[in-house]
Amino acid sequence: MTNKEKKAAPKGKGKPPTKKAAPKRKRKPPTKKIPMPEQDAKKRSHNFDEVALGYTAKQAKAEAAKCIQCRNPKCISGCPVEVDIKGFVLLVAEGKFMEAAAMIKETNSLPAICGRVCPQETQCEATCIYGIRNEPIAIGRLERFVSDYARLHGEPLPELPDKIGKKIAVIGAGPAGLTCAGDLTNMGYDVTIYEAFHKPGGVLIYGIPEFRLPKDVVMAEVEFLEKLGVEIKYNHVIGKIRTISELMEEDGFNSVFIGSGAGAPNFMRIAGMNLINVFSANEFLTRVNLMKAYKFPEYDTPVKVGKRIAIIGGGNVAMDAARTSLRLGAEAMIVYRRAREQLPARLEEVHHAEEEGVDFNFLVNPIEVLGDEKGSVIGMKCIRMELGEPDDSGRRRPVPIEGSEFDLDVDMVIVAIGNSPNPIIPESTPGLKISRWGTIEINEETGMTDVSGVFAGGDIVTGAATVISAMGAGKRAARGIHDFLNK
Amino acid sequence: MYEVLDKKIINEITKMLVVQAPDIARVCKPGQFVMIRINETGERFPLTVADFDRKKGTVTITFQEVGKSTRLLGSLNVGDKIMDFVGPLGKPSPSDKVFGTIVAIGGGCGSAIVYPVARAFKEAGNTLITINGARTMDLLIYREELESISDEFYETTDDGTCGTHGFVTTVLGDLIKQGRKIDLVFAVGPVPMMKFVAKTTEEAKIHTMVSLNSIMVDGTGMCGACRVSVDGQMKFACVDGPEFDGHKVDFDELMARLNAYVDQEAVSNEKWASEHGGAE
Repeated sequence: MTNKEKKAAPKGKGKPPTKKAAPKRKRKPPTKKIPMPEQDAKKRSHNFDEVALGYTAKQAKAEAAKCIQCRNPKCISGCPVEVDIKGFVLLVAEGKFMEAAAMIKETNSLPAICGRVCPQETQCEATCIYGIRNEPIAIGRLERFVSDYARLHGEPLPELPDKIGKKIAVIGAGPAGLTCAGDLTNMGYDVTIYEAFHKPGGVLIYGIPEFRLPKDVVMAEVEFLEKLGVEIKYNHVIGKIRTISELMEEDGFNSVFIGSGAGAPNFMRIAGMNLINVFSANEFLTRVNLMKAYKFPEYDTPVKVGKRIAIIGGGNVAMDAARTSLRLGAEAMIVYRRAREQLPARLEEVHHAEEEGVDFNFLVNPIEVLGDEKGSVIGMKCIRMELGEPDDSGRRRPVPIEGSEFDLDVDMVIVAIGNSPNPIIPESTPGLKISRWGTIEINEETGMTDVSGVFAGGDIVTGAATVISAMGAGKRAARGIHDFLNK
Repeated sequence: MYEVLDKKIINEITKMLVVQAPDIARVCKPGQFVMIRINETGERFPLTVADFDRKKGTVTITFQEVGKSTRLLGSLNVGDKIMDFVGPLGKPSPSDKVFGTIVAIGGGCGSAIVYPVARAFKEAGNTLITINGARTMDLLIYREELESISDEFYETTDDGTCGTHGFVTTVLGDLIKQGRKIDLVFAVGPVPMMKFVAKTTEEAKIHTMVSLNSIMVDGTGMCGACRVSVDGQMKFACVDGPEFDGHKVDFDELMARLNAYVDQEAVSNEKWASEHGGAE
């Protein structure tokens, strides 16, 4: 440990001066990440503009200069899409931003997105050696900076290998599908993505709000893939308009990747779930994000906005729904059945939500949504919980406190308790092995399903997870497809 | 983009468009629906297909102009294009099966949706009795089409201007009272009509199928807006339906959910009227 710490002496200039007093050991105080400029909380809770504003070139260089360029870096192994973090951070420190961006894009098709929504604190930054004594290098913020820089300065297209002459169909233009398509294109395959919606991006477009991930950023990443030669066919619900076997047998695709996601929203098994002011987070967010209901009636899609909205759940989607509710003018309260420490949402998201004024109710579980004769929500009956013995997930199981029922004064409820796999592909594709949760089972190493040549990855395999884990699965499958076609 | 190849104004409020969509026409089956987004600012909404032609590569939609989006759709002319046209979605009708004697019931615009299903039932070898109903004679649609495929054909109007004076359930009730052997009733129309059809057949224990037109955003099982209680279970009309056992559907809940956006619909309608005139 001590050796590493000594090595961790900063190389960068302009550090705070060391104390003159002579302690036993000369140790600088632990450094912190250079803070990310942000929109003021009061102001941003009323607009849909991006919350985090991004580093300046000066901030990025200073942050990158802190990196100690470990001989055996651990950060890269923490990255599901294997970005050469050490390499690109060095380029940032040297001010070679375009080169840094190109280096990231060699393995990561969506860096401007990852730099914004990856949980770096549990991945690359968690394993950062510099981070043992200090706050880790702000890898996510640097990734975001260079990809934004490259986008604004006109990214040149990389040189691609000669075409192999083999066609791959990718189902779903979400994080898994886009990554798989990007990697395969970089290897020389012809890739066609079939997307059910009228826009690409999957959850990046319909789910994650503008203020956390601007849609221009997503569109730019996708357009870059299109420039590389990826073709996207919209309005194509595979399993309905064409089946996977038709793609393989009639359309001449050599292989298929299924990245159709975990799109089916879960509801609670309590009374009142079908009242008219109860929404899945998917519906609420899709109306606002994809269909731009916040611009109604300029856009035709309406969205309901209550005065006081309860959001059930404690994940990132719940935070997104709560913060979107605020921006539409409502009071938003999170209702979560476990304790604060157990919130599955990223700390940063919870912090942002609190700053903006989202109210948190911990250890509270809804038991009934109350409605009037018209079917509108007039309240939500809840019960207080306490933490009992640990459950299968290792988290202490919340148990109801008898007699602690109370009514929450709300007029709208958003349910954000997770999603199940979309059933359309499993139902329409004979031969796939489907788990009892409805997910598609694959060979973990290759990503191939039980149907030869058909691969799958992302939420349709794992159930609802993160953008980056889906991207990692898309990458693994691209490699699996390449190996399969070159056996 | 999906081009409008033909247009028919069926009556003052009902229009029919034939849309070029060969990939959908290739596999479309009776009872399925499409999701439509007319233009960049448009909303996504479902319409159950009224017909399809595999050879010509077309899908026909017949709809009543009730809100801004259907008015906008009705204002399209031959040669105009629809931005997004997604399908075929939902589970098809079991219209290739032989049940015996089927009573097909269409109310208002529902008759357009009943038509391809009833035709398939007839082609499969079922005996087909059709009841076509509307508020008044001018609103009866698909009269010749339905009559031409039916073994027996009845019409009803609420105001008595054509056929039996009364509701579709008046004729259905009579058929049941006469002791006619009915193996299946298939009904599409306004929710109250479907509710009363289901009530009429319940005592006689006649299997009754209804096709629901819930509010949807994506139409592929992703938003849950179309959820409906069937036998106390939560179902999604888009992937589990749109057809369900009429004796098990909670119609009152469905009606409340269909009215969820009346205020916003009024705003959109007013905006449309002020920009185009001619609205109510």
